[in-house]
Amino acid sequence: MGFRMEAKKIYHNIGIAKPESSKANKTGSWRVEAKPKFLQKNCIACKMCVFICPEGCITGEGKNTFICDYDYCKGCGNCAVICPKKDIEMIKE
Amino acid sequence: MPIGVKTLFSPGHTACAGCGQAIGARLVLDTAGPNTIIANNTGCLEVFSTKFPETAWGVPWIHSLFENAAAVASGIEAALKYLGIKDKINVIAQAGDGGTADIGLQALSGMLERGHDILYVCYDNEAYMNTGIQRSGLTPFESNTTTSPPGKESLGNPRPKKPMPEIAAAHGIPYVATASVGYPQDLQKKVKKALSIKGPKYLQVHVPCPLGWRHLSNLTFDIAKLAVECGLYPLVEIENGKLSQVRKLVKIKPVEEYLKPQGRFKHIMSLPEQIKAVQQIADNNIEHYGLKS
Amino acid sequence: MKQFLEGSRAVAEAVKLCKPGVISAYPITPQTHIVEDLAQIIADGELKAEFVNVESEHSAASVVLGSAACGVRSFTATSSQGFLLMIEVLFNIAGMRIPLVMTCANRAISAPLSIWNDQQDSMTARDSGWIQLYAENNQEAVDFHIQAYKISENKDVMLPVMVCMDGFILTHGAEVVDMPDAAEVDKFLPPFNLIDKLDINSPKTLGAFADPNYYMEARYAMQAANENALKVIPKVADEFKQIFGRHSGGLVEAYKIDDAEQVIVAMGSIVGTIKETVDELRAQGKRVGVLKIITYRPFPRNEIIRALKDVPEVAVLEKAVSLGNTGPLYSELRADILGKGKCSKISGFIIGLGGRDITKESIKEVFGSLSKEETACKFIGLKEE
Repeated sequence: MGFRMEAKKIYHNIGIAKPESSKANKTGSWRVEAKPKFLQKNCIACKMCVFICPEGCITGEGKNTFICDYDYCKGCGNCAVICPKKDIEMIKE
Repeated sequence: MPIGVKTLFSPGHTACAGCGQAIGARLVLDTAGPNTIIANNTGCLEVFSTKFPETAWGVPWIHSLFENAAAVASGIEAALKYLGIKDKINVIAQAGDGGTADIGLQALSGMLERGHDILYVCYDNEAYMNTGIQRSGLTPFESNTTTSPPGKESLGNPRPKKPMPEIAAAHGIPYVATASVGYPQDLQKKVKKALSIKGPKYLQVHVPCPLGWRHLSNLTFDIAKLAVECGLYPLVEIENGKLSQVRKLVKIKPVEEYLKPQGRFKHIMSLPEQIKAVQQIADNNIEHYGLKS
Repeated sequence: MKQFLEGSRAVAEAVKLCKPGVISAYPITPQTHIVEDLAQIIADGELKAEFVNVESEHSAASVVLGSAACGVRSFTATSSQGFLLMIEVLFNIAGMRIPLVMTCANRAISAPLSIWNDQQDSMTARDSGWIQLYAENNQEAVDFHIQAYKISENKDVMLPVMVCMDGFILTHGAEVVDMPDAAEVDKFLPPFNLIDKLDINSPKTLGAFADPNYYMEARYAMQAANENALKVIPKVADEFKQIFGRHSGGLVEAYKIDDAEQVIVAMGSIVGTIKETVDELRAQGKRVGVLKIITYRPFPRNEIIRALKDVPEVAVLEKAVSLGNTGPLYSELRADILGKGKCSKISGFIIGLGGRDITKESIKEVFGSLSKEETACKFIGLKEE
């Protein structure tokens, strides 16, 4: 044929990706110093930790139900700073 | 999307720890919901969220080039109109400050002028962070970037921020607003409001960048809040060219409190005259927008 | 139905028959009449489509990128400087594998500023991944646009197609064209069905970036698609003939080359003038012919070799030059055919830049010079001080 190409079976549609595929990338391994511990004692469910998490890896609904997915938490510490009840603590890993 | 239950912006993206833009993007998308199509300019957000074969985006999302998201979104909106489904779908164009105020300004102006039903979101982290913290048109006065470094002959960036919200508003569009990740509920309220209005909308969100601003990664929220509280980043809404709402400041903080935790202003912290010059910008904002409560 | 139409009008009518849902363009001479006519067609309700008046060619291409990514057939057109402003997006459209059709109303490039015809503009995109078809006359321009959508949207191709037509000579020249029947176009061209598109019912990310693990495969896939296009383009031309009854399109067209000792290779409207010259020279007993390159990208090297291998003397006439080297077509073609069969001499000529007239006399001069020493990049018709 025209370009005398070798027939190769290669990735099709490079550049196209499916929702939630980023979850394959466990960014929790980035944490170097500390991780947030959700004490679940004085939580008032204001959800500020959820709002502010850059990873979107904090979940919960009612008081004292919030948890963090350490598979993705990079340990930035904003949740601990923002918590009005000091119910999140950064602990050494 | 109910906050805390599910997000359309999945974890696993590669933003730096404490990235303000990642916070902003997730808040915008989760407010807009699943019936949304996004066109994204090149930049940090695009790079950290869509490394093939992975993506963080749970809605239809497209990236083409650095400067054309507003035009690509215009094409998407036109296609949805042609298909008769525009009313059911939000179209969002989004970019960083360089992609908005500099290289993408022409495409943005065209999009605003043509009256497309699109929400344009500028995530303003005040420099070209993706390429290594170079100065943009939205870099603040005297900020240290890699192309506006302080030195014997320089005090950092010599110019104030380009007044993008006013430039957008001058197009006579129905809704312009500024927001900040320091005020997440306010940001969500503005996204909701913008999406309820037909026509072109411009939203500029202040998003601290721990790497570029050289602050601790756990101070993203605090620093964003301080920028508002000192008057350097007024939270305003401009509807049909008229200032309609401002976030009043109960206790106005000195700019020094905002500048101090950031390495990009370290070189002026021992120069009271320069701090005064920055304070003057904040004072002018307070006066101009009537921020005093 | 046969009609006497300006080239631009004929192309606008052909685009209308393809039923694009979004058209976006920015005005530049000599592309303007095409998009003006389409704007009027839409304003008159003859075509249901969104016409987006943009602030630059960069945005025109970006708008149709966005609309086509939603699975809506789209169209744009430009020329010259507009083409150059668009080129960043053109590379991107091809890389994203978005089927699209555009017209390039070929025009010279500044500086010095010139609104007149040559093919230097579209040549700058020869490495972009776009398929390039060059029309000889307005009938071909019409037929190629209709075929272009079918080629572009073929699942084994999925590359954008530009139909190149010489500015003014074709765009502003009125000829009789046989306008295809709308129902037959519908039969020939099925609705656009894009699989990977922006659709809230099946959310996907389009345009993710590729690190060194993937980028090369993406480019290989584009090259493989070009290879596929070499098969698809003649097939589409055959299907076109079955429905519309005339042969139009394909990769190359040979004119009186079977026993030829001298053949000129060229693209676009100049081929018409060469054919007339060939007829005159044949009447004088000269064994000459012309090979028209219709599809310049993908480059139909096998067809070119087949056509020229037994022709002792070949000339390449082109309206573009790769400054610092030779004409682009010359250098590519020479590499492929020299030393094959009886072909011993290939000369390159640059002709008609910036609208310089091309006469039968100048073409006869080219044929006459072929038996002399080979020239690589001779400018024809230069004026001296």
